[in-house]
Amino acid sequence: MSRFLIHRALIALLVAITVSIIGFTLLRLSGDLASALAGDTATQEQIAQTAHLYGLDRPLSIQYFDWVWKALHGDLGRSLFTNEPVTYLIGQRIGVTAQLSVMALTFALLIAIPLGVVAATRPNSWIDRFSLGLAVLGQGMPNFWFGLILIIVFGVSLRWLPISGTDHFSNFIMPTITLGTSVMPAIMRLTRTGMLDALDSDYIRTARAKGLSTRSVLFKHALRNAILPVVSLTAVSLGFLLGGSVIVESVFALNGIGFLAFQSILRTDFPVVQSIVVFVSFCYILLTLVSDMINAYLDPRIRLG
Amino acid sequence: MSQRQEVLQVEGLSVAIDTPGGTLRAVSDVDLHVGRGETLCIVGESGCGKTITSLGIMGLLPRRARLSVKRLELEGRDLARLSGKERAALRGDRMAMIFQDPMTSLNPVYTIGNQMEEIYVRHGKGNQKQARERAEYLLHKVGISAATSRLGQYPHQLSGGLRQRAMVAMTLMCDPTLIIADEPTTALDVTIQAQILHLLDDLQRELHMALILITHDLGVVARMADRVVVMYAGQVVETGTAEEIFAAPRHPYTRGLLDCIPIPGKTRPGAPLGSIPGIVPSLLGPLESCQFRNRCPQAFADCAKAPVPLRETSPGRADRCLLPLGAPAQPRRASEALGAAE
Amino acid sequence: MTSIERDRVIISSPAPTYEIEIEAPSPRMIMRRRALTHPGFLFGATVVLATVIIALCAPLLTPYDPYAQDLSQRLIPPVLAAKGSWAHLLGTDAMGRDYLTRLMYGARISLTIGFGAAALAGIIGTSLGLIGGYFGGWVDSVVMYCVNVKLALPGILVALSLIEVFGGSVFSVTLILGVLFWDRFIVVTRSVTQQTRVADYVTAAEAVGASRFRIILGEVLPNVLNHIIVIASLEMAVAILVEAALSFLGLGIRPPTPSWGLMISEGRNFMFFQPYLVAVPGIAILVLVVAINMLGDGIRDITAPEGRN
Repeated sequence: MSRFLIHRALIALLVAITVSIIGFTLLRLSGDLASALAGDTATQEQIAQTAHLYGLDRPLSIQYFDWVWKALHGDLGRSLFTNEPVTYLIGQRIGVTAQLSVMALTFALLIAIPLGVVAATRPNSWIDRFSLGLAVLGQGMPNFWFGLILIIVFGVSLRWLPISGTDHFSNFIMPTITLGTSVMPAIMRLTRTGMLDALDSDYIRTARAKGLSTRSVLFKHALRNAILPVVSLTAVSLGFLLGGSVIVESVFALNGIGFLAFQSILRTDFPVVQSIVVFVSFCYILLTLVSDMINAYLDPRIRLG
Repeated sequence: MSQRQEVLQVEGLSVAIDTPGGTLRAVSDVDLHVGRGETLCIVGESGCGKTITSLGIMGLLPRRARLSVKRLELEGRDLARLSGKERAALRGDRMAMIFQDPMTSLNPVYTIGNQMEEIYVRHGKGNQKQARERAEYLLHKVGISAATSRLGQYPHQLSGGLRQRAMVAMTLMCDPTLIIADEPTTALDVTIQAQILHLLDDLQRELHMALILITHDLGVVARMADRVVVMYAGQVVETGTAEEIFAAPRHPYTRGLLDCIPIPGKTRPGAPLGSIPGIVPSLLGPLESCQFRNRCPQAFADCAKAPVPLRETSPGRADRCLLPLGAPAQPRRASEALGAAE
Repeated sequence: MTSIERDRVIISSPAPTYEIEIEAPSPRMIMRRRALTHPGFLFGATVVLATVIIALCAPLLTPYDPYAQDLSQRLIPPVLAAKGSWAHLLGTDAMGRDYLTRLMYGARISLTIGFGAAALAGIIGTSLGLIGGYFGGWVDSVVMYCVNVKLALPGILVALSLIEVFGGSVFSVTLILGVLFWDRFIVVTRSVTQQTRVADYVTAAEAVGASRFRIILGEVLPNVLNHIIVIASLEMAVAILVEAALSFLGLGIRPPTPSWGLMISEGRNFMFFQPYLVAVPGIAILVLVVAINMLGDGIRDITAPEGRN
């Protein structure tokens, strides 16, 4: 198993390096970052000055390695807009995004897994149809729109919840529901399918033949098998939430790294953008590695080869 | 055979399955019984209802299936009236089942030991430690050396033959009086098959449990069976002792089965083996005629007129045919008999 | 000329013969029958078809110009509300433009971008999947490496960056989304290709000396086609949602083009008193995306139900 994990880690490293290169080049694809920064009315001379100021006149590879070298020492550069260190900016806002993502994922899991299990044990019942309908709705709804609707209904009409800010826990309720509904359907479907397959399997037939209780059959035997792919999906979903929070953060005016990235893109604040893109990607890569490890641990066929 | 020896008594067992295309007569009116220390083989081709019958006896039918039965008794206890929970309490304890493919029949994420011990504990036979000791003892008994380390291993770490032995050991955890083995050797190599059958034979000799062996392989029947039940299209078509079935089959289907395999001493060397042409009839809709007539070399008009009843010619010997082979000259019904093929 | 094949089984024996005729319906008939009784497929197909027709015939269906502003007519609510009027069934927006008209023209945007992005992603993804699945070895490793890189990148942020760099037009958005969504195509195509590759008829073709290109196109591709169609529909739905989100954020389709996401964004300022400005385009997106998803699921059920129970 350790061979397997080392192999995965090496691939992850390769992917990480590639991602860093891509993140680095994203905003430079227009060809001339300096003019974009200098503005529409800038003269050639001003553009050249801008280029020199930000080191944009050096060869691309030099810029890249310089950035990587500094990053490995903890220096991600400074925001062109606020001149604050990027590390500081990210550090300030990562808490909000992380909290939102974890809460959204927890919310999604609390609904998706029980619903998926129950739907699988009673196929074609009303609860099965209801859960599938919920999944269809969740996958079809634009989540920014859903957030706005929640604001209209709960924030304004009913006045139950605050509609912006981050100081209080209740600020996170609507964003959590909004973000959670975007990842809930896939998890529910996977749980349901996994349980259906498990319950249909020969080893469940054996478990029943042994006279085990329904609870034991469902949870000890079936769910334990069905949950394996769900663990992977959960880890991947967390990575996805971290990267995709920009929309929800904009709707609810939450000061997370997604919103920061968005603002920075608008301002062509490339040090911030490239750092956030790479940071989020690294989180994702790390999460998939962790999920591989958990999978290997949970599945003896992988663990013991 | 005196009643008190009978471990399992089944009368009139039928299973209907609701499908979008109609109601399937998976099993129609099956009678069987097994006694202590006796091996009953249920023979038939795939889809004839032998597995469903056994699932019906165990109470493991899928949701869409409906069981109806006149009598279903295990050690004199009426199973038909029991609730689901009570049935579950008997499964694994008084009656146990071995399935065909040991790889898929064992849960891949739990150790062998875990899966064996849970039966013992669940049925209140003892605590974890006692369960472990019994599991170790039984693994040893089925011929698995290094039993202690095997207990901590996972199914994928064992070979096919070892897995099936472990499954046999698993069924013995609570010392059941009835074991149903559904094609226990089909998924195994030929050499391993012999070992498993030998094992079952020895265990039965020692523990005297009733054994129902479901198979399509007549070689297994010859080796293991005391009595045989032949099934076709959900019905019992012939019953008898193993000697009677092999020496003098009465139903054309049984005869057809025997013709398909080479039997030392009977089949002429170099002669072509027989085959039964045609396919199994559809099981949808009510029973209206002999189910075998479309493949039967001696079918005549009466075979299509009405369902054929199972007739017992002597205790334990029955067949479901209007023109049983080896029977006296006149057919059982009407005068429209055409020449019976032999 | 019938599309039904008949099998006849005749039992011969000294006794009278019995003829059994078995009708085996052709695969096409089976699929058609399934399609006509599958509620999800029918609903999805109907809605998508209706949307396409509306989008194409928009100029014929509405007298209004989606870009024509009339500030004297601004913010009229839909007909069923208190101050609504039949002149504007779904009301007007802040610039006095008829909402229903903008909705209809907006369908063009959604369908074009959705379809275009899915098609582009499909071409890229299927090609890579075929290559990786067929050749295996290091080629396959490279393909999987590409997939892993793509999956690691935060899609929305990358899309936002690219649009900022290349501008937001229907064409560029379609291109950018198409270049970001091919991973599911690759995964499915690759796996089906791997399975098909070891099939006997492919080995036979190789033995005869057929060129690899021909084998991939001739033998493998038809097998994969069903799966591709299903994935394409699902990715189309995703593309529509992402375009709406990007336009909502302001980095997608630029005003005054009536993208549904953009309409929601424009309506946001007024949403507390005129919630319909936000609700209506959102419902349109929801209905279309759900319909496309159901269509995709339906196609999968119809063409390959063995995958389900």
